[in-house]
Amino acid sequence: MAVITYREALNAALAEEMERDPNVFLMGEEVGLYNGAYKVSKGLLDRFGEMRVVDTPITELGFAGLGVGAAMVGLRPVIEFMTHNFAMLAWDQVFNSAAKVLYMSGGQFKCPIVFRGPSGAALQLSAQHSHALESTYAHFPGIKVCTPATPADAKGLLKAAIRDEDPVIVLEAEMLYALKGEVPDGADFVVPLGLADVKREGTDVSILTNGKMVHVSLQAAAALEKQGVSAEVVDLRSIRPLDVDTILASIRKTNRAVYVEEGWGLAGIGVTVADLIQEEAFDYLDAPIVRVSQADVPMPYNKSLEKLAKPSAERVVKACNRVLYRQATA
Amino acid sequence: MADGNTTARKRPAGGDGAQGTQEARLEGLTREPLHDLLYRMLLGRRFEEKCAEGYALGKIGGFCHLYIGQEAVATGALSVLRPDDYIIDAYRDHVQALLKGIPARQIMAELYGRVGGSSKGKGGSMHLYSAEHNFMGGWGIVGGQLPLATGIGWAIKYRGEDRVCICFLGEAAVNQGAFHESLNMAALWKLPVIYIVENNRFGMGTAWERASSLYDISQKATAYDMPASVADGMDVFDMRRKVGEAVERARSEKVPTLIEARCYRFMGHSMSDPVSGVYRTKEEVESAKEKDPIRILIDQLKDAGLLTEEELHALDGRVKQEVDDAAEFADRSPEPEPDELYRDVYAQINEHGRLFFDRQDRMED
Repeated sequence: MAVITYREALNAALAEEMERDPNVFLMGEEVGLYNGAYKVSKGLLDRFGEMRVVDTPITELGFAGLGVGAAMVGLRPVIEFMTHNFAMLAWDQVFNSAAKVLYMSGGQFKCPIVFRGPSGAALQLSAQHSHALESTYAHFPGIKVCTPATPADAKGLLKAAIRDEDPVIVLEAEMLYALKGEVPDGADFVVPLGLADVKREGTDVSILTNGKMVHVSLQAAAALEKQGVSAEVVDLRSIRPLDVDTILASIRKTNRAVYVEEGWGLAGIGVTVADLIQEEAFDYLDAPIVRVSQADVPMPYNKSLEKLAKPSAERVVKACNRVLYRQATA
Repeated sequence: MADGNTTARKRPAGGDGAQGTQEARLEGLTREPLHDLLYRMLLGRRFEEKCAEGYALGKIGGFCHLYIGQEAVATGALSVLRPDDYIIDAYRDHVQALLKGIPARQIMAELYGRVGGSSKGKGGSMHLYSAEHNFMGGWGIVGGQLPLATGIGWAIKYRGEDRVCICFLGEAAVNQGAFHESLNMAALWKLPVIYIVENNRFGMGTAWERASSLYDISQKATAYDMPASVADGMDVFDMRRKVGEAVERARSEKVPTLIEARCYRFMGHSMSDPVSGVYRTKEEVESAKEKDPIRILIDQLKDAGLLTEEELHALDGRVKQEVDDAAEFADRSPEPEPDELYRDVYAQINEHGRLFFDRQDRMED
């Protein structure tokens, strides 16, 4: 088991899958000569050549759709969006083409394609570059969505996404690229889509979360421990497919839940998770579910306002204390 | 519209269609392929007439866009392709699908929403597909098929094949960003895609000159350093020439081409749209119909002594039979079973996790 960065883990996943399957190619802005805007594709152009690591013009709708067309005839494109903020220009091709071609063609044309890149807020990138988009993507049947939070999950989920027969959105994060962690060796290591991971076991309250918020939640759980509260942190890892069993198992154990998500609250992932819990584990709940999400504002540039807008460990601690009906001791 | 390019020797009407070395030709074609062209044009026309009938009877629902008046464009273009070449289209797609080889029965059944349809009744008029015939859809968002065509061209290049992809689009799609993004990449990377703009003069009810600052669509290719041409979309032979040149260029030099096919839509934009009255006059439509591409072809063939009235009658009879058969098949084809609702949303149902979130799914657990 090697300790590598999240960025290196993604790079290894790409290289291994391109090695395994000649139909896999990587396309996007700056992925080749520049080695990737965030260096995820470092060295891949040299290794695989310019038909398989393709620098595009800044033309998101165009190259996203190009990928879908190529996938329809049997290639397996990995389309990198420099960030998913720019993918909004390409959503017609993601939602109207990739997500629907199998259904509209009566099962004749599969679309095995990955759309990957960072999503969510980094630091002071302001309103247009800070969108957390998992709930938007996950809304569309035909699409699968995953949000790796650790280097191991980044490698394992990206490999699963590339091998999947359907369009898969991989939401990474600028703030995670330098994160180091243990990653299992070997080209066979895959994290299946649809499997949540209990990142920290606990008994008093379940913090359900995904993506970058896993780390905020772990900080909160550490703070709660000092207050004598045992918090469990469940990382969904995949949003669609969603591991409902693991969510419900945690609720049956702790009887209390907080959902922490990076994006906005209305129609967020937490809404769906809370709904599933109330419908399928209502009798296990000892308190209403509380959600922590981004403030309902476009992301401000100012550092202190930005901090206020983002979900923080402090807010998660507060939410946990609320569902536990207890006053914070620290 | 028989023009100076006509090379046929005049033959007496009712001539026996010489089989010898001196066989009569028109545009380099002998009697049999010429009759096949006419058959295809008639098939497109009669099929669409049958659709209008089916729509009026309530057998076809939703949006239904007919191709009547534009038959020469598809017939000419597809006549120079190989079966392994790809076609992709927007939503006025019945005739292209027919001519690419999807059986009329399957198309009509799709329009009727039945299991015998090319997409088992789940796509409808705007979403015809056939993996077997390399017919890649059937797309409903104006301009949405262009990046897909570019991707098919990319795959052809990636695999080092000598196939081509023809992408049909309406003139209104030229104003979409997808058009410019696609042409730029196709030219930049030398992809074997031929973009055929069917300029039928109207984007729904908006005339081309009210929608574009530049009238001449082929000039837009200049911005991408791409070869371009203008074709008479009411003349099947001109379509064959212009598309033939582009296909040859795509196969040998791996370059894309933009072709503007100037044609005219005799029907409304869709079945719910009036033929005339709001954005064009009845007189304009009637005057355009004088250049009916099928009548023009019939006159050319007759003038060249390559078609008799009896032969025409027989051809049309065969076409009507095929179209009637398609409608009867569609009528007999069953409605989909309810479990078809959830089929083909995903190609792979993952081992773990839930993919469907509606109540029906949850109640089954």
